[in-house]
Amino acid sequence: MIKADDVYRIFEPHRGKAIITASGVAGRKWPQSSNNPERDVSMGSAMGQTTSAAFGLALGLPDEKVVLFDSEGALLMNLGVLASIANKQPKNFVHFLLDNEVYATTGGQPVPNNTNIDYAGMAKAIGYASTHHFDDLEEFATQIESIMAEEGPVFVSIKIVPEIENSPVGLRDLTPARPRPQTIEELRAELGITA
Amino acid sequence: MVEQQAAILKPETLVEEFKKNGVTHVVTIPDSETNYLYELMLEQDWLDVVPISREGESPGTALGLAIAGKVPVVLIQNTGMMEAGDSIRGMAIDAGFPMVFIVGYRGWTRRGVIRDSAAKYTEPFLTAFGLDYYLVETNTDGDRISTAFEQARATSRPVVVLIGDEYHGFNR
Repeated sequence: MIKADDVYRIFEPHRGKAIITASGVAGRKWPQSSNNPERDVSMGSAMGQTTSAAFGLALGLPDEKVVLFDSEGALLMNLGVLASIANKQPKNFVHFLLDNEVYATTGGQPVPNNTNIDYAGMAKAIGYASTHHFDDLEEFATQIESIMAEEGPVFVSIKIVPEIENSPVGLRDLTPARPRPQTIEELRAELGITA
Repeated sequence: MVEQQAAILKPETLVEEFKKNGVTHVVTIPDSETNYLYELMLEQDWLDVVPISREGESPGTALGLAIAGKVPVVLIQNTGMMEAGDSIRGMAIDAGFPMVFIVGYRGWTRRGVIRDSAAKYTEPFLTAFGLDYYLVETNTDGDRISTAFEQARATSRPVVVLIGDEYHGFNR
């Protein structure tokens, strides 16, 4: 099985100037791998709605590549968004799904039907332009360059090792290094958006 | 009769208000009461209609567009607005961007007897979330939409416009 850190390490050199947003426990690790924090944006969280926000960002910035690192627990809470994305066909959108099969943030309880869901198959059937699935890091490393060159919407599901949080929520340090308003402000400054 | 016809909220009024306020995208779920409005919006070359699958998607989608410098408006029904509660909290109220929600007021009886629980809980829902709102019942109320946009821009918060004319205004 693959670690989220390894996915990010292999992805980062192929990022180019893509705008990155991430969700879930694995998503919180992305900033440690990023070499371009001005183009990393935190969209906040609300029961799977980071996916919708990334979709909106991609629609609003058609000349920028927008990459989302999603989690399966979040996506299952907002599954209809796949149809919304497929309907608008944003060519600049790359949707990664890091599938650890559990709710890592609440102690590792399995998501419904956790080992049997073919997310990439679902995305393909719903109308994404291109879909991929990986459970082998080497294979992912071989294909990431061509994936990032594809016309979107692209969907890439990757099975990853769960990194489960078991400490009481009140004892966890959940303060992000860069809070959401700061990431948004810095991204907009980077892109010259004043509206 | 003529006066009554003139009072009916016209879909064209909503579209004009959107144009006046620089709206670029309408994030929406079509419903039976808004069918003509939906068709009218699709005809506007300056407006991009973004259909979503469930109302909970609307605040996040609108937030992404707003971050990108666009001017989205959310067009949903009160039932869907209540479904979208946590999204409104996390992606609209907490996000610090101006956002206008146009919400069909299903069950609105102009302060008569309420028989539809969707209407019963609409205003208490907005009050609980601390959201300011305006009611548009007739065509002459249309400029309240601009008021909502002005307030949203001034406060960088969501503002709601309740459309209390679901059985007439959005249909021919």
